[in-house]
Amino acid sequence: MISYILRRTFAAVILLLVVSAVTFAIFFLLPRLAGQTADQMAQQYIGKSPSKADIAAVKHNLGLDQAVYVQYWHFIKGIVVGANYDLGPTTVHCDAPCFGYSFKTHQAVWPELTSRLPITFSLAAGAAVLWLVSGVAIGVISALKPRSLFDRTFMGIALAGVSLPMFFTGNLAILLFVFNWPIFGRDYVPFTENPSQWANTLIPAWCSLALLYSAIYARLTRSGMLETMNEDFIRTARAKGLGERTVVVRHGLRAALTPIITVFGMDIGLLLGGAVITESVFSLPGIGQYAVQGITDNDLPKILGVTLLAAFFVVIANLLVDVLYAAADPRVRLS
Amino acid sequence: MTELSNTSAAVGEPTSAGTASEAFLRVRDLKVHFPTDDGLVKSVDGLTFSLEKGRTLAVVGESGSGKSVTSQAIMGLHRLGTRGKNVQMSGEIWLGGKELVSAAPDEVRKLRGREMAMIFQDPLSAMHPYYTIGNQIVEAYRVHHKVSKKVARARAIEMLDRVGIPEPGKRVDSYPHEFSGGMRQRAMIAMALVNNPELLIADEPTTALDVTVQAQILDLIRDLQKEFGSAVIMITHDLGVVAEIADDVLVMYGGRCVERGPLAEVFEKPQHPYTWGLLGSMPRIDRETSERLIPVKGSPPSLINVPSGCAFNPRCPYADLPKGNVTRTVRPELELADGGHWSACHLSTEDRTRIWTEEIAPKL
Amino acid sequence: MRRSALAAIAAIGSASLFLTGCSKADDNKNDNGTKSAGADAATKGVVNASDKKGGTLTYELSDVPDSFDPGNTYYAYMYNLSRLWARPLMTFQPGAGEKGNTLVPDLAAGKGVPSEGGKVWTYKLRPGMTYEDGTPITSKDVKYAVERSNFARDVLSLGPNYFQQFMVGGDKYKGPYKDKSGKGLSSIETPDDTTIVFHLKQAFQEFDYLVATPQTAPVPQAKDTGVDYVKKIVSSGSYKFESYEEGKQAVLVRNDKWDAKTDPLRKQLPDRIVVKLKVNAETIDKDVLAGNAIDLGGTGVQAATQAQALTDASKKANTDNTYGGRLVYMAINTTVAPFDKVECRKAVQYAIDKVSVQTAEGGPIRGDIATTVLPPDIPGYEKADAYASAGNKGDAAKAKEQLKACGKDKITTNISARSDRPQEIDAATAIINSLKSVGITANLKQYPSGKYFTDYAGVPKFTKKQNIGLEMMQWGADWPSGYGFLQQILNGSAIGESGNTNLSQYDNKDVNALLAKAIGTQDMAERNSIYTQIDKKTMDDAVLVPLTYFKVLLARPTNYTNLVSTAAFSGQYDYLNIGVASK
Repeated sequence: MISYILRRTFAAVILLLVVSAVTFAIFFLLPRLAGQTADQMAQQYIGKSPSKADIAAVKHNLGLDQAVYVQYWHFIKGIVVGANYDLGPTTVHCDAPCFGYSFKTHQAVWPELTSRLPITFSLAAGAAVLWLVSGVAIGVISALKPRSLFDRTFMGIALAGVSLPMFFTGNLAILLFVFNWPIFGRDYVPFTENPSQWANTLIPAWCSLALLYSAIYARLTRSGMLETMNEDFIRTARAKGLGERTVVVRHGLRAALTPIITVFGMDIGLLLGGAVITESVFSLPGIGQYAVQGITDNDLPKILGVTLLAAFFVVIANLLVDVLYAAADPRVRLS
Repeated sequence: MTELSNTSAAVGEPTSAGTASEAFLRVRDLKVHFPTDDGLVKSVDGLTFSLEKGRTLAVVGESGSGKSVTSQAIMGLHRLGTRGKNVQMSGEIWLGGKELVSAAPDEVRKLRGREMAMIFQDPLSAMHPYYTIGNQIVEAYRVHHKVSKKVARARAIEMLDRVGIPEPGKRVDSYPHEFSGGMRQRAMIAMALVNNPELLIADEPTTALDVTVQAQILDLIRDLQKEFGSAVIMITHDLGVVAEIADDVLVMYGGRCVERGPLAEVFEKPQHPYTWGLLGSMPRIDRETSERLIPVKGSPPSLINVPSGCAFNPRCPYADLPKGNVTRTVRPELELADGGHWSACHLSTEDRTRIWTEEIAPKL
Repeated sequence: MRRSALAAIAAIGSASLFLTGCSKADDNKNDNGTKSAGADAATKGVVNASDKKGGTLTYELSDVPDSFDPGNTYYAYMYNLSRLWARPLMTFQPGAGEKGNTLVPDLAAGKGVPSEGGKVWTYKLRPGMTYEDGTPITSKDVKYAVERSNFARDVLSLGPNYFQQFMVGGDKYKGPYKDKSGKGLSSIETPDDTTIVFHLKQAFQEFDYLVATPQTAPVPQAKDTGVDYVKKIVSSGSYKFESYEEGKQAVLVRNDKWDAKTDPLRKQLPDRIVVKLKVNAETIDKDVLAGNAIDLGGTGVQAATQAQALTDASKKANTDNTYGGRLVYMAINTTVAPFDKVECRKAVQYAIDKVSVQTAEGGPIRGDIATTVLPPDIPGYEKADAYASAGNKGDAAKAKEQLKACGKDKITTNISARSDRPQEIDAATAIINSLKSVGITANLKQYPSGKYFTDYAGVPKFTKKQNIGLEMMQWGADWPSGYGFLQQILNGSAIGESGNTNLSQYDNKDVNALLAKAIGTQDMAERNSIYTQIDKKTMDDAVLVPLTYFKVLLARPTNYTNLVSTAAFSGQYDYLNIGVASK
């Protein structure tokens, strides 16, 4: 087990390096292929009507006048040992891991990411619990009563939930529950500050996000359960004289849930990279918002930071999911 | 109804409830029908037989003849699950004085796994892959006995030992996929017998196993039956297995019983064209290799549109022999052909005996 | 007709429209029970004038600003808002209409005193001013502020660089972070703590406008941490920072060291001011309509809210439709044949149905039909129409006449527009249709707005090569004077190889000379009349076709006091003295 985790960790590091290199390449080389010069690049980070001297100064300060691989090398070095940054009157040292400074705001990327992570995490975790519980519950009941009114109704709702885009559901939720019937709060407060207020503000966002996923999980659980309940071991369990509830939960659900757990892990991993639309709609200052800002400003350090963080979460999620699956299903061997 | 007297313990004939009889299991006119979108599937259509404790009944037939449906009907498994509401069951199943078809589902559940137990064809898929053998046996025990996990575990180890699994103290914590095929089937037998059932139903328990292992399993079942005195129903399509282990044989076709009797009678003096076909299509060591097997021509009947009259008539070479086209219009009832030997066929016993001795037997 | 078209546009936009339409009862009263001041009230005077102190004022922005650092910003709303914590030498007086365009001294005690024909400017600071921590404000701090914002472009590059352009030795000075001599820029002198003298390369009579920028707000050198200064700005205004969260929000509280005696402009009414960033734009509109916030960006309400506002009388009463100091126009490229001939240009002027363009841009709410280069809220504007037509629908007959005079019966050319601005595309399409009816075929060429000036329309060589004779354009001045507006789009010397804003590539000796003369003329009335002349000459030369005077539709929060639309900041509300009425 230990050697397996070590091997996976090593592979993860390599993967993250590759992701960072690819991001660098896309950021720099694609515009170059389209004929953009370093000057034109630097110009994006200055205000209107810059002079030639301005452009040269910014180009130098951001390191855009260096070759791409040199910039990449500085980036990697920064993560490992930290870097120095020219604030103007003084130079400041950015401790490892240093993900650089935003081209636009000149603020260090790593502290920003860590300050925004709890918000994205709160959003993801709350929604995840909600959609997992509701999705699985609905799926199980639907599977046990196929083609009943319950089944048809909820699978229909599931279809709507999957089809409706977040900027519709989310805005609707805000309109109804924040403005028209103000039950829920507006401004995010950290959990550590005021747990009930924290939950109160996030509930509309949780519900909107959960609606999206819950649908998928209900369908997955339903089909998984339908399949599992036809397995031979269910018949054996019944033949032993077990009550139907024990058969459904201990024998049926237990087996049907395993593939769902793996999907769940992946979904959480991706969501931690920033639920971009949800955060924008609900004005939550999380990683997603940060990513959008980075993309709008064409701000490489921000983009790199978010991309690597998101990749990291996906990798971790992958690893966890594999380990969990092996723990759940004794037939699976980690190799 | 006449009582049978025969020196060899015979299959008791169907009696109405309450008549003194030694039969532990009595099935009377059992019908199991499933309504589907394509029509009503008559899986079992009027089955009658009895079984005493300590005896083994082999139920033979092709796929789709209704063998498994019968056994699951006895266990009460058809009323469970999402299709449970639709199944139509009629007739009587008496298990030691308790009628099961009309009983409340929970009553039947209490008997399942305790008074009557079942083992299945493929032990790998029939056991839950996520729980250890010990866990599953303990579960089977604790659902019917209020004991601690420790006590149940000791019992599980005892059963594993009893079925011949080496190092049972260790293997009790193994998962089903960690056993070999034969050991796995033994473990399933241990699980089925942990509550000392009086009726054991084995649904093709050796089909998935090697021949050598098959013999071991059959030996085991036989030994356990002797030890616990249980009645055993052995469902199989393999006549070799029947020859090994059965006391009595029941041949099923199209959801009906076509022949029933003691092993020797049915094998040496079979009284039904279908049974002749079964025997003819069975490879035997004592046959000339140059002789071809004689298959039964045609394919099993649709259970939705069962042929009228005798279900076997489309495939029977002698369908035209009885007068008046009766094979195609009148359903033959089970009639006594010989001592304890019943057959549902329109041919007369004489005709059948003659055809058997002159035409069929020499070829086998 | 126009109303329903707008409603249709909005209905496609946001689904929340259906519900909000049914949600609130239609009253003629505001939510807090007071009677509304009426539509466009803030464009005529101060709405809810009050001196009541207290409460928390909330600003919401759907984006993030370039910076809160007064030396590192270029957005009009930051120029507007930063006056709360950064006092520039001069600023614009809060007031409606012309009043809002008037320069008044803020940090300075009086207007700048020019000498040497406008090459040297002297300002005297008010005595006794201090920062939030009690340390006195000196003229050296103003000099330092200019130096760090204009001459440290490698770290603080987001603001304009006019001082770098105009100060003597501006191209040589290395900035306060790199220059170790300690003397700073020699062309800014500080003979004593309350005097500051600027030495310019050329005469510039509108220098007061140039110093009405947050770049002249004092910054104490000892506390300047360069890019990190934004985290701990030392306030010279009526409010100071209680907290600052990059990209999320900032909270300001009363600066207890602010002294009303040294500040006739500010009132310091709310106890707290909260600035929230990255708020969902639709949510902002809802908050404003509920009287709980101001849209800091001041670029107008979202499409759904606009549709509601126009159809619901009670909502409309709380909106202001103001000019934004901006002209929407089409430049005619004088270097691309046949538009080098004035007659062909005049043909284009007559051909265009401006009403169809106005509709394409969003209707009268979004702009009035334009007939001059200067918009009405810029001094020097005079009503005129060199190419009048009935109902502004264009005059095909006159257009064809001009074509003939030009010696052509057909013209084929290209018209450029920005691909990510749907209204601009629609306007260009309307123009194409107008031109077609007189025999001018224009093909639409779309380019991304981020590169429009750097790579495409703003690159003279490119436009010549691609035969782009017509270019869609919008222009707002950096400061609200004729020079500020006209210089960059009409002066031959402003034509750049790339990033060009003089899209017509107009290089007229007379106009160039007039511009130079204007900026050297001390008397304001005289200057303004020169601007009017330039406007007329430009129109006579037909080098650009004015389409609309840009307007914004702002929602006015009913719970806030002292709301007035200011022309100086593109029609936004003046953020200097807004207060909170009690609920």
